[in-house]
Amino acid sequence: MHANNHPVLQIDSVGVDIEGVALLDQVSMSVEPGEVIALVGPNGAGKSTLVRAISGEQKLSRGKIAFHGLPMADWSLKDLAVHMAFMSQQSVLEFPFTAREVVALGRIPHSTGQLIDSQVVEQVLAYLDVGHLADRVYPSLSGGERQRVQLARVLAQVWTPAEHSRLLVLDEPTSNFDLAHQLLVVKLLREIASQGISILVVMHDLNLAMSCADRIALLCCGQLQAIGRPESVLTRNNIQQSFGVEAGFIQDSVTGQKQLAFKTADAVKT
Amino acid sequence: MRLLEGQKLCWLLILALVPVLMLAIAVGPVSFSLASLFGSDGSQSALILREIRIPRALLSALVGAVLAISGAIMQGLFRNPLADPSLIGVSAGASVGASVAIMFGGYLAGALGGWLSISTLSGLSLISIGAFLGGAGAVILVYRLSTSPYRGTSVPTMLLVGIAIGALAAALNNLMSFMADNEMLRRMSLWQMGNLDLANWNRVWLCLAMLALFLILLRGQSSNLNALLLGESEARHLGVNVQATKRRIIILAALGVGVSTALAGTIAFVGLIVPHMVRLISGPDHRSLLLASGIMGAIMLMLADLLSRLVIAPAELPVGVITAFLGVPFFVYLLRQTASAR
Repeated sequence: MHANNHPVLQIDSVGVDIEGVALLDQVSMSVEPGEVIALVGPNGAGKSTLVRAISGEQKLSRGKIAFHGLPMADWSLKDLAVHMAFMSQQSVLEFPFTAREVVALGRIPHSTGQLIDSQVVEQVLAYLDVGHLADRVYPSLSGGERQRVQLARVLAQVWTPAEHSRLLVLDEPTSNFDLAHQLLVVKLLREIASQGISILVVMHDLNLAMSCADRIALLCCGQLQAIGRPESVLTRNNIQQSFGVEAGFIQDSVTGQKQLAFKTADAVKT
Repeated sequence: MRLLEGQKLCWLLILALVPVLMLAIAVGPVSFSLASLFGSDGSQSALILREIRIPRALLSALVGAVLAISGAIMQGLFRNPLADPSLIGVSAGASVGASVAIMFGGYLAGALGGWLSISTLSGLSLISIGAFLGGAGAVILVYRLSTSPYRGTSVPTMLLVGIAIGALAAALNNLMSFMADNEMLRRMSLWQMGNLDLANWNRVWLCLAMLALFLILLRGQSSNLNALLLGESEARHLGVNVQATKRRIIILAALGVGVSTALAGTIAFVGLIVPHMVRLISGPDHRSLLLASGIMGAIMLMLADLLSRLVIAPAELPVGVITAFLGVPFFVYLLRQTASAR
């Protein structure tokens, strides 16, 4: 499995049809080591379908997806799980695992031994600010707390270096977070990426996406409208076409950061 | 939060297993002192011990263990702590099979003369064979109906199909009860209440083989089951071959319940309550849950059988009645305890 000069993930002219409707069409992009790509787009644009296609849950109608140059089907599930972790939108855990035990489930694909596994779990718990919840029972946690625990779980899965560079795919990981934790996650994602882990993250909040992504991929009606640096993708024109909303950049006088502002009256249009 | 760690619970249960086994062997219409269990003298009492008490105690332990483990893996597969092996139609199918055997046993015995002598040789009645075939048939039907080549086996569909097959089986049972004469009717309903008084060494070996199959084929499945609790796609992302795991768990649970039902009738609640109790004590981690449930199931069914022999001695109550009478209030108590602890 020598695949050093290949991108981490190569998506090549991918199309997915379900009952004659094209949910994805001609989507091509690649993910490089240590890169954060935010996947944005309106509801039903095909973001989750693309995530499911990458994970292998959704069969492709056209095109191909390769991980480190090797088609997905040629990877063993175990090998893949050591290099790539997914966080889905919601999870259905009804059993009384403690938060710590849930995070430890992320170590299932690894054979690093109990000592290292429990060290990883403690590190990740502290890293995501869920250490104080470690002994609480998962079903008793709030929505945002559960999401943080699940994020800790997928992080534990790719925490230790593997043979090839690692990839984290997150489907709206911050949807239930409060403001402080959203910003914390943005900071952490940047830190994780700086260790060489690639991150593909579905996000709804364009400003949040802009603040954490190296590149933004704008998906609309199953097609990739634009991909590139945030300011070149989130243009007035692109946002108008994809979301039907008037938008423009403003500069915050205190932080000096550029932010998107939206014209609220347009939001009535559907 | 946790009362005991899984490993400690397993050791405690193993320690409790031995005295309970002794008690189950010693107590009955003819009582034995514990000392006489060790030095037998070839008298009539030794015969009672060897041919009745010991196989019965062992069979109840083994059936209890198999039922509890079947329940635990089924609940893991369905991601529902209240799932019961009876949900996928095993028990209902088995009781139809048993009723058919009871009603048409005479004809069948004539038609299958050679077979019958083999089956009586191996210590199994025609009813047991009917029950096993009925249970297996129901599971195959449920599994086929809820599996499509495109999506694999859908667990929610399986639950619904299981309920439908269960209702069909109940209707068939009612039909046969309606047509049966008094003697047959009594035998059918007694069988459905569960009984261990047909214990013999052949049944013990058969059930032991089933338990051994569990121990071999469930090795390494514990973390797969843990991953499955997160959801099927999450398990897949953790490197678990979900379809293969589901198939293995369904076949094993069906075999387990099928064999134990064939050997001891339908015994309610062991598969539901025992894993639940273990989870309340030491959490849902299957790495200790399966073993602890097995041992606790053995202890519980031995104690229930002991009670069934004592309550109206020298007559016996069906053990299924005891497990239901003791199990349900305890279950409700546990549910309320955890509800208030939250």
